[in-house]
Amino acid sequence: MTNDLDIFVGNTTLIDEEVYQLWLDGYSVSDAVSLRLRSGILEQTGATVDVLQSDTMDHYRTFHMLERLLHTPSKLIHQLHFQIPPSRQAMLIERYYAFDEAFVREVLGKKLSKGTKKDLDDVSSKTGITLKSCRRQFDNFKRVFKVVEEMRGSLVENIQQHFLLSDRLARDYAAIVFFANSRFETGKKKLQFLTFEDFAYCAEQMIQNWTLGAVDSNVDDMDVDLDKEFLQELKELKVLIADKDLLDLHKSLVCTSLRGKISVYNEMEANFKNLSRALVNMASKLIHTKDVRDFFIDLVEKFIEPCKSDKWTLNDVRLFLTQYTTSAHTLDAFRHQALWDRYMSTIKSCLLKMYHD
Amino acid sequence: MPGKLKVKIVAGRHLPVMDRASDLTDAFVEVKFGNTTFKTDVYPKSLNPQWNSEWFKFEVDDEDLQDEPLQITVLDHDTYSANDAIGKVYIDIDPLLYSEAATVISGWFPIYDTIHGIRGEINVVVKVDLFNDLNRFRQSSCGVKFFCTTSIPKCYRAVVIHGFVEELVVNEDPEYQWIDRIRTPRASNEARQRLISLMSGELQRKIGLKVLEMRGNAVVGYLQCFDLEGESGLVVRAIGTVCTLDKISNTAFLPACNSPSKEMKEIPFNEDPNPNTHSSGPSTPLKNQTYSFSPSKSYSRQSSSSDTDLSLTPKTGMGSGSAGKEGGPFKALLRQQTQTALEQREFPFFTLTAFPPGFLVHVGGVVSARSVKLLDRIHNPDEPETRDAWWAEIRQEIKSHAKALGCHAVVGYSESTSICEEVCILSASGTAAVLNPRFLQDGTMEGCLEQRLEETSPPGCGFCHIPYDELNMPFPAHLIYCYNCRKQKVPDVLFTTIDLPAEAMVIGKGCLIQARLCRLKKKAQAEANATSISNLLPFMEYEVHTQLMNKLKLKGMNALFGLRIQITVGENMLMGLASATGVYLTALPTPGGIQIAGKTPNDGAYEQHVSHMQKKINDTIAKNKELYEINPPEIPEEIIGSPFPEPRQRSRLLRSQSESSDEVMELDLSHGKKDAFVLEIDDTDAMEDVHSLLTDVPPPPGFYSCNTEIMPGINNWTSDIQMFTSVRVSRLSNINLTNQTLNKNFNDLCENLLKSLYFKLRSMIPCCLCHVNFTVALPEDEVIQVTVTAVAITFDKHQALQTSRVPVEKTLQRASTDNEEQLQFPLELCSDPLVSQPFSPAKEVLENASSHTGVPAAQRATSVDYSSFADRCNSWIELIKLKAQTIRRGSNKTTASLDKASPLAEGHLRHRSVPSCTNSTVSVVKMTPLSFIPGAKITKYLGIINMFFIRETTSLREEGGVSGFLHAFIAEVFAMVRAHVAALGGNAVVSYIMKQCVFMENPNKNQAQCLINVSGDAVIVVRESELEMVPVQPSTAVSQPASAGDVTT
Repeated sequence: MTNDLDIFVGNTTLIDEEVYQLWLDGYSVSDAVSLRLRSGILEQTGATVDVLQSDTMDHYRTFHMLERLLHTPSKLIHQLHFQIPPSRQAMLIERYYAFDEAFVREVLGKKLSKGTKKDLDDVSSKTGITLKSCRRQFDNFKRVFKVVEEMRGSLVENIQQHFLLSDRLARDYAAIVFFANSRFETGKKKLQFLTFEDFAYCAEQMIQNWTLGAVDSNVDDMDVDLDKEFLQELKELKVLIADKDLLDLHKSLVCTSLRGKISVYNEMEANFKNLSRALVNMASKLIHTKDVRDFFIDLVEKFIEPCKSDKWTLNDVRLFLTQYTTSAHTLDAFRHQALWDRYMSTIKSCLLKMYHD
Repeated sequence: MPGKLKVKIVAGRHLPVMDRASDLTDAFVEVKFGNTTFKTDVYPKSLNPQWNSEWFKFEVDDEDLQDEPLQITVLDHDTYSANDAIGKVYIDIDPLLYSEAATVISGWFPIYDTIHGIRGEINVVVKVDLFNDLNRFRQSSCGVKFFCTTSIPKCYRAVVIHGFVEELVVNEDPEYQWIDRIRTPRASNEARQRLISLMSGELQRKIGLKVLEMRGNAVVGYLQCFDLEGESGLVVRAIGTVCTLDKISNTAFLPACNSPSKEMKEIPFNEDPNPNTHSSGPSTPLKNQTYSFSPSKSYSRQSSSSDTDLSLTPKTGMGSGSAGKEGGPFKALLRQQTQTALEQREFPFFTLTAFPPGFLVHVGGVVSARSVKLLDRIHNPDEPETRDAWWAEIRQEIKSHAKALGCHAVVGYSESTSICEEVCILSASGTAAVLNPRFLQDGTMEGCLEQRLEETSPPGCGFCHIPYDELNMPFPAHLIYCYNCRKQKVPDVLFTTIDLPAEAMVIGKGCLIQARLCRLKKKAQAEANATSISNLLPFMEYEVHTQLMNKLKLKGMNALFGLRIQITVGENMLMGLASATGVYLTALPTPGGIQIAGKTPNDGAYEQHVSHMQKKINDTIAKNKELYEINPPEIPEEIIGSPFPEPRQRSRLLRSQSESSDEVMELDLSHGKKDAFVLEIDDTDAMEDVHSLLTDVPPPPGFYSCNTEIMPGINNWTSDIQMFTSVRVSRLSNINLTNQTLNKNFNDLCENLLKSLYFKLRSMIPCCLCHVNFTVALPEDEVIQVTVTAVAITFDKHQALQTSRVPVEKTLQRASTDNEEQLQFPLELCSDPLVSQPFSPAKEVLENASSHTGVPAAQRATSVDYSSFADRCNSWIELIKLKAQTIRRGSNKTTASLDKASPLAEGHLRHRSVPSCTNSTVSVVKMTPLSFIPGAKITKYLGIINMFFIRETTSLREEGGVSGFLHAFIAEVFAMVRAHVAALGGNAVVSYIMKQCVFMENPNKNQAQCLINVSGDAVIVVRESELEMVPVQPSTAVSQPASAGDVTT
C-alpha cells in the first residue's frame, strides 16, 4: 500500500526550523530524512521512519511554496496565502538570506553574472556546500544587487527596506553589493588570510567616506559607486611624494613624534619613504578601474607585507598611521587637508582591520 | 426596491505579470451582481493598480441580495485580442443583511482562478442599504441569522428552541451539461462555482422563510451539504435548528448573567470555551457559582411571569423522589407533556449537540437509519420531490426509532450521503432524548428554573437515566441503579451523538475511539448493486458497533459521545468508519472486562494461547485505566442495591430489516461471569478482531485526542491553537483484496495518519487534538482517501506534569488520600474545578508548588475565599461540595502559601510575540472546528461563512504532483476564508468544517481537479486578558503565539 498523496496543512503554517535549515543547506528529502534520523529524533518521539519521511516531504513542499515569496520578502509579509506569525516570517527571511562564510569568500567581488553562476559547481566542491545551497546564496546576492544597484539613498537602508533583513545582515549585503559593483579582487592567495568580516568592515568604511553619498546626502545619493570626483582629486596628493622637501619634512615630523613610542623605530625610519610612496601612489591611481580592483592586493603587498616582515605590531601600525596622517596637516605647503583626511581615515581603518595573521 | 448594494474597488497588489513584453499588467475590474455589470478604468502598466473607483450602486430586491453572490472579476486589458481574466472574487453579502452582524465588508481578498490558484489580491469595500419591506408575501428572509455552531452561540440566549428545519434545492450540474464539451475547464469550473453559490444562497433564503414561519429568528447548527450526483444533477440540502435568540447585552445583564458566572458554572463540566475566565474571577461574588442558569434567571426577573408551567412539577418530583417503579407513570406524564410541545412538528429533531442546562432531560441512545437509493435524473428541478421523499422517509424512520426508545425527540441529529456512480446511501443519525418542554414553547420561560434545579435529581446523572419504561422496555437491556443518585435506572453503556453535557460527571480523561471496517462487494450495476449494498449494511453496522463496544471496554470506559458512523460506498467495497469520544461516566456502572472464550477447550496449546491473549487484554485495560486516570471508587454491591443482580454477558445488536440501529441489548442468562464481556474466538476472523483490538496504539505522552468539543478532564487550555487539515490517499495496488487485508490496510492508514499528526504537533505538547473529524472517500477502485480536520490545543503544562507523575506517585497518593477520595468521589470533578477554575492563577501556583515540593498532585486544591461559602449552601449539592472543599483545603494548607510569581511570569512570556517585522498589515485570523477560541471570548457573530471552491490543473507534475497540488489548494482555501473573515471585521472562525473535499486525478493526462466546501461562523473574539481594559481591536486582539510551529529539540 503506497500513499499517493500525503499532506498536512495548518491554518498557521507549520515551520520546523531544523528542517528549514536542511532545506536551505540544499539537502534532498532523502538526505534530510537520514540526517534527521541521525539526530535521534525517532528515539525522542517514538515515531517511525515513514512518519519522518512524510513530515520532511510536507515541510519541503511548504518551503518550496514559500520560496517564491521569499524572493520578495515584502510579499511574504503582505501575502494572505500562508498565515505565519511575524516573528516566524522574520526568521524565514533572515535564514533564507543568510550565507556561508566559505561561500561568500569565493564569490565576493566577482561579477554576479551567468558565468560566475556556471562556476558554482567548482565553488561547491571546493567549499563542501551543496550546489543547491550555493545557487540560492548566489541568487540572493544577485537579487539584492539588482534591486539596490540603481537606487538612491543609503545602501544599507535600501536593502533593509526591500529585503526586511536584520541590521547586521543588511550591512553584510551592502558590502557584497559594493564589492560586486566595484569588482574588488578578494580571491588572490595573498588575500586568503582576510575574512569576510574584514572586507565587510572595509566596505563600510569606503561607503561611508568615499562614495557620492558620503559627501552630500541630498543630491544623487549613491552609495554603490565611488565618488569619481574624489578619485580624480586624489591625484593632487602626489605632491607629498613628488616634492622632495615635503617628503623629507613629512618624514622628520613623523619620526620626531614617534621616537621612543614605536617599537620598530629604525625600521619605520628606514621604510618611511617606501610606505608613504605606496600609500600616495595608490591614491593617485584609484581613478583607474583596474587599480580599484587591486585595492586590497595593493594594501597587502605594499603596506601590510613590508610591515609584517619588519615585525610591526598592530599598535605600531596604528601609531604610525595616526602620526602619518596628522603630520601632513602641519605641512604648510600641503593644501589638500580635507582630501587627505577623507583618504587616510579610510585607509587607516582598513589597514588596521586587515593587519592580522 | 428594497436594497441598495454599493461596491467600491480600491486597489490591487501582487498581480501576476500578464504582458510578457513589459513584465506588467493593464488591469481593470468588472463588478457584477445579478445581471448588472460595472467596470473600473484600466490602470495601465502596474502590478499594484490603484483604481480608487467610484461607488458602484446596484438597486436590487432583497431576494436577490440573499441569493446572488457579488462577483468581482479582475482582467488584463488587451487592445487587440480578448481581455484575459486574471481571477475572481465571490463575496457572499449575506452577513450585511442582518442588523447585528457586519455593517461593511472591506479588505483585501485573494484573487482566485480555478486554474492558477491565488493570483494577487484586491481591496474591495461593500455596503448594503436595506429599506424596510412591508410586503407580507415577500420571498426574502433577510434578518434571519445563521450559525454553524451546534450549540446556542455564546453571546446569545435561547428564548425558544423551535425545532427542525430542512430544505433542498436541485439543479443540473454544469459539468454534465452538453455545453461543457465545448467550453474551457475554467469556464466550466466558474459556472459550477457560481451555480453552487447561487443555490446555497437560495437555499438559505428558503430556510429563512421557514424560520420566519415558525416565528424564530435564527438557525443554529446549520449544516449545508452538496450531493454531486453526477449525471443526475446537483443537490444542495441543509438542515438546522430554528431558535429564537436574544442577544445578551452586556450592560443589562451584567450583574446576573455576565459571562463570569455562567462560565464558572460551565467550566467544571468542560463545556465552556473560555478556560481562562479567571481574569474576571476575583471580582465576581461567589454566589454566582450556584447552579442556576443565569441568563434565564435574569430573564425571568425581567419579564412578567404569567403562566408558570405547572406540568413541570410532577416531572421534577420524578427526578429526585421516585424510585424506579414509580417512574413509569411519571414518565408517561412527562412524555405526554412534551409530546404536546412537539407534536405539531413533523420531525422533533435538533441539530444541536450541546444544550442550555436543563434542556436535556434523558438520553435514550443512538438512533440511525440508512437507505440505499438509485439516482435518476431530476426531471423538474423546481419540484425536487424524489429527494424530499427519500429524506422524509429516513426521518420518519428515525422518529419511530426514537419513539421506541421512549423518547419524543432526537438531538445531535445529522444527515449525510455517500454516492458512487448511480448508487447513493442516505444516512441519518441522532440521539433519542427526552427534552424539557420549557425551551420548546413560547411563553413558558418562567418555569422558575432556580427552584426546579434544586429539586431535580443530581444534575450530573439525570441525563443518563433511562427514558423508557423499565417494565415495558422496547428491547431487553441491562439496567442498574444509577451509581450517582441510586434512584433511577441507567443502562450499562451509553452511546450518543451529542457532546458531553456540561453537567455530566466524569472520571478521568476521555479518548478518541474509532472503529474501522472494510467490506468487499461485487461490482454490479443498478438494482443488483443497490441490493448487495443494502444486504451488506446491517452486517457492517453490527461489526462497527461490536468494535466500538470492544474498544470502549478495552479503555475501561462506559460511554461514547459524538458518535459518528460514516459508511462510504465505492465501486467494489464499502468502508465504515466510526469515531467517538469514550468517557467514564460516574453514573454508569464500571465496565466489566473482556473475556475471551476459546471454541475448542480441549486443545492445550490453544488454551494457552487464549489465556495469553486474555492476559494481554487485561494488561491493556489496566494500562488504559492508568493512562486516562480512570480510578472509580469501589462501591460495595449492597449499596447499589440492584434489584436485578443479573448475570449478563453479551451485548448484541439486533437490527431490523430496515437497518435501524437502535442499541439493542439481548439478555442472555445462560452464560458465565458477571459483567464480563465475552469474545468468542471461533474462527480466524474473530482472532483477527481480537488482534486488531490490541494494535491500536495510544497517543504518545502529552497527547490526548477526542472528537467532541472539549476533552473531559482537561480544562486549563492555553490560547495556543493550531487548526489543520490532513489528507492521505492510498492506493491498494498489489494487494490481495480480502476483507482482512483491507481492514488491516485501512486500519494502518488511519493509525499512521494519527501518528503523523502527533509527530507534527509535538511542539505543542502537552496538547489535545479536539474535534478530530475523519472522512473517508473512495474516489476510484482501490483508492482510499482519508481527510482529517481537527484543532490541536495546548493546555497548561502544570497539569500535564501532574498526569505524567500520576503513575509514579500513585501508591504514595493512595495511602494518603484514600479516605478523601472515598468521600469526594462523585463530586470531585464538579466541585474541584468549579471553584478552582475561576481562580486558575492560584491553582497554577499550587500545582507548580506541588510539583516542586513533591506533594501528591491529586491533592491540588485551591486558595479560594472560603468566607463567602456560606452564601451558596442553599442546596444539597452545594453543601457536599463545601465539605469536599474543606477537606481538600485541610490537606493542602502547607502548599498554599508558596511562591506565586513564577508561573504567572512565565505565562506572560509565552504570550508575548516578537513583532520584528513591524510593517505587517495582515491580521491574524484563527480558525477552529470548535464553537469557541480558548482563552478568548466571542464578542460578536459576524455571519456564516460558506464557501465552495474548485481548483483544476493541467500541469500536475509541474505543480509538485498530487500532494503539491492539494497542499497549495487547501492552503488557498484557508487563505480565502481568513480574508473574508478579516474583511467582515472578524478575527476568528469558529465551528469551521470542511464538508467536502472531492479529489480526482488523471496522472496520465497530467490533470487533477479538486472541489472543497467549507463553512463556519465568522466572529470577533477578544482575548480574555484584554477583555477588561482594551476595547475591541480585531487586528491586534489575537496575536498568534510565536511558538505555533516551534520544534522541540
